[in-house]
Amino acid sequence: MKYQAKPLPPIDLPELRQVGKPLRRVDALSKAVGATVYAGDFLLPNMLHAKVFRSSEPSARIKRLDVSKAKGLPGVVCVLTAEDLPNAKLTTDIPGQTGQKQRAGSDAPVLAIDVVRFVGEPIALVAAETLDLAERALELIEIEYELSPGVFDPKGAMQPDAPVVHEPDNIVARWKIRKGDLAAGMAAADLIVDNTFRMPFVEHAYLEPEAGVAWVDEQGVINIRVCTQVVEHFRSVARAVGVPHNKIRVRGTMVGGGFGGKEDITVEIFLALLAKHTRRPVRLAYTREESFIAQSKRHPFIITHRTGVKKNGRITAAEIKMIADSGAYPYLSPYVLLYATIMAPGPYRVDNLHVDSVAVATNQSFTSAFRGFGGPQACIAYEQQMDEIAKALNIDPLEARRINYLKTGDCNATGQVIESATWLEETASRALEALGEKTLDSGPVKVGWGLASYFQSYGRITWLHDTSRAWVGIELDGTVVVRCGAPDLGAGQVNSLCQIVTEILGVPLKDVTIYSADSAATPLAGTSTATRQLYMSGNAVLQAANAVREVLLERAQKHFEEGMDHLDIADGKVFVKRNPEEALPLSQLAAMCAAEGLSLSNLGLFKAPFTEGIDPKTGQGRVFPDFTFGAQAVEVAVDTETGEVAVLKSVACHDVGRAINPAAVEGQIAGGSSQGLGYAIMEEFALKEGRILMPSLSEYLVPTSVDFPPTQVIILESGSGVGPFGAKGIGEPALTPAPAAAANAVADAIGVRVRDLPLTPERVLAALDRAQLAAEACV
Amino acid sequence: MRPKVVTLDVNRKRHHVVLAPNVTLLQALRELGCTDVKSGCEKGDCGACAVLLDGKAVNSCLVLAWQADGSEIITNAGLGTVDDPHPLQEAFADSGAVQCGYCTPGMIIAAKTLLDRNPHPTEEEIREAISGNLCRCTGYGQIVQAVQIAAERMAAAGPVTVTGQGG
Repeated sequence: MKYQAKPLPPIDLPELRQVGKPLRRVDALSKAVGATVYAGDFLLPNMLHAKVFRSSEPSARIKRLDVSKAKGLPGVVCVLTAEDLPNAKLTTDIPGQTGQKQRAGSDAPVLAIDVVRFVGEPIALVAAETLDLAERALELIEIEYELSPGVFDPKGAMQPDAPVVHEPDNIVARWKIRKGDLAAGMAAADLIVDNTFRMPFVEHAYLEPEAGVAWVDEQGVINIRVCTQVVEHFRSVARAVGVPHNKIRVRGTMVGGGFGGKEDITVEIFLALLAKHTRRPVRLAYTREESFIAQSKRHPFIITHRTGVKKNGRITAAEIKMIADSGAYPYLSPYVLLYATIMAPGPYRVDNLHVDSVAVATNQSFTSAFRGFGGPQACIAYEQQMDEIAKALNIDPLEARRINYLKTGDCNATGQVIESATWLEETASRALEALGEKTLDSGPVKVGWGLASYFQSYGRITWLHDTSRAWVGIELDGTVVVRCGAPDLGAGQVNSLCQIVTEILGVPLKDVTIYSADSAATPLAGTSTATRQLYMSGNAVLQAANAVREVLLERAQKHFEEGMDHLDIADGKVFVKRNPEEALPLSQLAAMCAAEGLSLSNLGLFKAPFTEGIDPKTGQGRVFPDFTFGAQAVEVAVDTETGEVAVLKSVACHDVGRAINPAAVEGQIAGGSSQGLGYAIMEEFALKEGRILMPSLSEYLVPTSVDFPPTQVIILESGSGVGPFGAKGIGEPALTPAPAAAANAVADAIGVRVRDLPLTPERVLAALDRAQLAAEACV
Repeated sequence: MRPKVVTLDVNRKRHHVVLAPNVTLLQALRELGCTDVKSGCEKGDCGACAVLLDGKAVNSCLVLAWQADGSEIITNAGLGTVDDPHPLQEAFADSGAVQCGYCTPGMIIAAKTLLDRNPHPTEEEIREAISGNLCRCTGYGQIVQAVQIAAERMAAAGPVTVTGQGG
């Protein structure tokens, strides 16, 4: 089948000078020469080294805990257990944002009190003169457990006689959507398609394990230098440590990869406690094994779709059930589940819809944010279901989608009207077209194509009342300073902010310095999560830069005796548009403004749309600022003798609204695709009875440079997003369609579907065997 | 065994340090302030700690500092600086090959050894050469491009004494 790109509607995007150019990112060269200093790189005078003593049991009562020998080891300065920390609780489902609402009953103890609920749960902290001594102290901690029955699968955890992880039961969160008339919709269907899909735990595996240092300064402020996606956790840290909010300062570093795994608190509270107790600087850096055992994973999901369709593929009704494994503590599970619930039917118009979802506690690694935040899991199910529908009706997969695609002005599952461009067919047809000619089968090696369309929100849930602030100022030499609390995870967050400012203030990128990610010294900009920084902080810097520009132009107007509309700023000069020779360097203009007491800086505050929540009975209401749409197409070759899956081609096409830096956008899409293909084909964070079977990067394999071909990236720009210059978000959406596209390609290649990810050789062979047995049974 | 004095020639600067036998080269280099040598797994899985040991790329977490006694070590920071970057470093910065940057120093070391022995590598050869270095951000495509760009630029510039070579 040959596919042709659907023509794009005419879009008139204004030509810009800096935005839209693939400029070298402001952080790139320093990182390339190894000069950038990361959280684990800091040493302080008189510094102690910390280690965390963790549970070896998934479910147990602590009968005896004796740290006296550890305390007695010369060189050990401090050992803390729960006894030393009255009321030290970590509110686990609050992402740390300004004005956040709080959900009751989901706190985790900072250090285990009497009970441990997963392997890796922190029990005690040690600070010693050397790392070696701290490690030896861990070995001297004596602990006796009384093992209790655990629960290791979410379905089992919902049974009435299941061991309870947290009273009163194992239900962590539930959501439901009720829309239209399900029974009538099903009755109107020509065919009902029913499938269940499963996805595993997945590890973030950022290259930089969690690390930080803390010290108490001369004001008694506990300073924490840490790699985090959320400097605003300073409030939770203050609560846990028992000090006022203004006595904790989180100074975020350049982050060596986050992907959601550094969205929750990692080492901050431990560092703050030890610094507070010892009054000495403390360093804590996790090993890779500790990073695996201590931090969150992607939620495993079991998703069942029952879809009613007409013969032409039109969906008449959908009933979707989701079960997510939340692990031992809730963390962000309620929100991840909400995202999955809202995305459950995919980017399709489904007027008669029921979604019922539940997150369940088990005695396993806790699950929380991971790039896509439930969106990829939903996509893995809805896009495989869409291919199953196409197959059952014997229609082309793109056609089955096309007839159902959401259009601008349609409502999503929660009744929210989609206001921006929904370039679903535009992106899908381009991704398929770019696959070119299908590679031929070769003996036992069968080739298949897979498509996945998706939509994914960007920006936080609107009832969280999200805000971001940014300060922009021009110095007297014409250079620019930006202050914005946004942490940079490596995705180019701060570069985008700088590039936006250069567009407005007409200075080269090298003339902008940005201070970021400091909870005390930079205006709070919220979390680097939810694909929100470009949207939120991008708009905040845009607002601040425009205010500064206005001051400059107003003053320039007097100087040139020209209306403001006739003036522009570029290359460090203000000039008259019809005669660019008539120009004034920004340094001179800034000096004039300063001499007259005009403000050369501005603090911008951007607010997302605020709503008050959805109807709890129907799940109807606005939840998100906007959505990104796109598609991925993948060609795979499956060796039907060995079960091995090889990706031959991959094309991702996304409407990013406006690419602030196209090279950075390409990097997001290519990198997200790689993570998504890894999710589909090779990654599974396996546990057995709560014990991790893949404790390091030797066992848990992530894609290397030889595993997948590069994903071809096609960037479309509708200009219709709510971010600066019409940008949408791409950080998370980049991953979302990749796993589903790969799964569909494998099913196309072998003619039978492997319903559980990852698509390991064993599962592929088992699916082929089942298909053969079924075929023989029919004969 | 008791600690002994080990001589490490790091980025053309000689150090004499007293080290226990179980100290890895990674630990020793970081103690000496080479924070560009990144610790990612401490068991040779990720390549973030790669350095040149007598001109050969090694994962410094798998080498004991005693084994490197008397050796010449070049880390990524020894190849160039912000003011005078190595062509590989420049190409990585130019072509989107750097995202979080944590894998970058090791990645550049792997690429450097490739270009030293093969100045005109194919895409496949580049992919093979960096296959021991994990990157979780980029999907590797822009890294491969960066190595190709660096190779082209270095070839166009003719034979030059690159900082950090020999010594």
